[in-house]
Amino acid sequence: MGSNNAVGSIAQDEGIEEEENLKLLDSSRFAHVLGRFMVLASVVVFSSPTVQKQFSVYSKAANYSVAVVERNGIDYLGLLELLEPLGTITTRQNGDHWKLRYNDVESEFVMGQTRTRIRGNDLNLPASFLLENGRGLVPVLGLGTLLPQILGGPITLNLFGRRLFIGDVAIHFTAVVVKTEPPKLVINFGNPVNPMIATEPGKLEMVFTHDPVVAPGSQTLTFDSKAIPSATFEESNGMAKLMVTTTVPAMASFSNDGRTITLTPASTPALPAHAPPQAPPAVPATLPPVVASREPGTPVRQHVFAVIDPAHGGDERGAALTSQLQEKDVTLAFARHLRELFGVRGLSAWLERDGDLTLSLDQRAAMSNASGAAIYIAVHATSEGNGVRLYTALMPSGGPNQGWFLDWDTAQTAFEELSQITVASVATELESKRLSVRKLSAPLRPLNNVVTAAFAIEIGPESDDISQLSAPEYQDGVAEAVVSGVADVRDQLEAHRK
Amino acid sequence: MIPRHLIIAVVVLGIMALGMSVYVWRMRGRVARTEASTPTTQPVARPAAGPSEQVTLYVAYDEGGTLRPQAARIPLPSGRQERAEELLRALVDIYLGKSSPHVLGTGSEIRGVYLADPGLAVIDLNAAFANGHRSGVLVEELTLASLVATLSANIPAITQVKILVDGKERESLAGHVDLTAFYDVSRVNQLVTQLTAEP
Repeated sequence: MGSNNAVGSIAQDEGIEEEENLKLLDSSRFAHVLGRFMVLASVVVFSSPTVQKQFSVYSKAANYSVAVVERNGIDYLGLLELLEPLGTITTRQNGDHWKLRYNDVESEFVMGQTRTRIRGNDLNLPASFLLENGRGLVPVLGLGTLLPQILGGPITLNLFGRRLFIGDVAIHFTAVVVKTEPPKLVINFGNPVNPMIATEPGKLEMVFTHDPVVAPGSQTLTFDSKAIPSATFEESNGMAKLMVTTTVPAMASFSNDGRTITLTPASTPALPAHAPPQAPPAVPATLPPVVASREPGTPVRQHVFAVIDPAHGGDERGAALTSQLQEKDVTLAFARHLRELFGVRGLSAWLERDGDLTLSLDQRAAMSNASGAAIYIAVHATSEGNGVRLYTALMPSGGPNQGWFLDWDTAQTAFEELSQITVASVATELESKRLSVRKLSAPLRPLNNVVTAAFAIEIGPESDDISQLSAPEYQDGVAEAVVSGVADVRDQLEAHRK
Repeated sequence: MIPRHLIIAVVVLGIMALGMSVYVWRMRGRVARTEASTPTTQPVARPAAGPSEQVTLYVAYDEGGTLRPQAARIPLPSGRQERAEELLRALVDIYLGKSSPHVLGTGSEIRGVYLADPGLAVIDLNAAFANGHRSGVLVEELTLASLVATLSANIPAITQVKILVDGKERESLAGHVDLTAFYDVSRVNQLVTQLTAEP
């Protein structure tokens, strides 16, 4: 009995234990599920993209953007950052009082107060002035009141778009569909523009970050064309966007020194696979073809073999090689030589700029990456030292890749070895021509952002005669060796194409 | 006969004129002495406290485009950050000297070096350093490699370097070498190896 009791007791104990285990199991499952839910929720919450608020200023002195900060749900701007590029500015803090002198205009602000004094007149801000570590913050909503007083002239402020125009700087445009076969959309701007161009199926988007482009009469433009039926213009977060709706793949090209952008259906053979040698055209660069949409089974794009990037250009002249000779001109001339010689070998080559254009480093990398080229070659020139230098990317510290998305700063990583193989081949060719050459790595953007084999060439004179840099025979000799070296590793380059 | 009060007035005026002349003369001398003794406002080298120590400076040579390790004895303070600053100032002094092997623009200075854990060094150059720097890939990377190599060779545990100009991020040093990035010392040391090899 006793033993039965004992067994029964043990059985009962086991039952209780099992029940407790089940409870424990349930609670651990619950905790596990809760944990996973919280991880998922935190991923959703924290990974949602946060767009930095920007406020853009367009003036005759400079076009620039200033970061907008939010305090108590109100958008604020640093007044010093806003005015600094426009004139001489000094600030002085005395306790809660913050004095700002812009050219000859005195302004006084008090921390936590809406009342301010400019040119001896009292003004009221829509929200309190804030002082953070000596930095004076004013509400964005108050700029329409403040700035005419401080700047001493009228301004045009687009609060919704966060864009400020000082003086007569706005760039207007017209857009017309020319009914050729195929039809094309010609957009003419009052001044040169330099938008970022992106495509999605069914639309082509131009984003103007530093161009004071303003809306035409209507925000929506409609065209009598099935291929390009409409375009819409919108301004937000310090930028202007022109979105063109297309029903066929379209590509954009620049002309008229950046004053005209033409959209044509991508079926037009813009980049023949084997471009014949041609004389350097006088018009600026054509952007690489970007495919907006495609029929199933049709090729994505016609790949160019080499993208050649003549460094600098436009406002950015590069090194002053002599009082007459600028780096940007030498790089362009040399890049044209390279293109011609690639063409002779039946390899298509495309210049990122074929005129005196300003391109940002990000734009240069993006254009190369969009082209799907097998090799990217940046061209530089110098009067310091002699001979030719070949550079591959010195990779900076970067973040991790996120799935299909590569870290921008270290995007070149997978192509480092191929880039070095190419440079070694080019160096061998240069040495065979008895030209002095040096192989180095360099922290030189955008080499590290390019997702194909990439190197930069810096051409110096062979002797102390700097005029040699612009001499066609010297450029031809170097260009022949470069093209020959690249062509020697063509198979490897083609095998690694995106 | 000249009236007596007129004579007295002329004599008094004469004495006053003489007195004023003497006063003005003395004041002029004092102003000249004050101007002569006004202290110079030009920056002078900050005295570094501490015993002299042997360090290795990586000096850039434009002739040949190389970097050469060079032993030097410089007074170094005890603080890690101050030592870093003095090291780079000693390097810049070489570049600003008469027989500079790698000329920097007049007024080039190291504003400060900030060391942060784990292993990050932020070098803050002044605007004259960047604005007056010669433009070119090699000439700019010689400067960058020289600064980073000198710092990492003498201050242990620096693994990353960031360069600012006047406390702000700048796109490039003089149109070529990227200053927006953080550089791993190990990567820069590979470049240093390339640059210390004779071309």
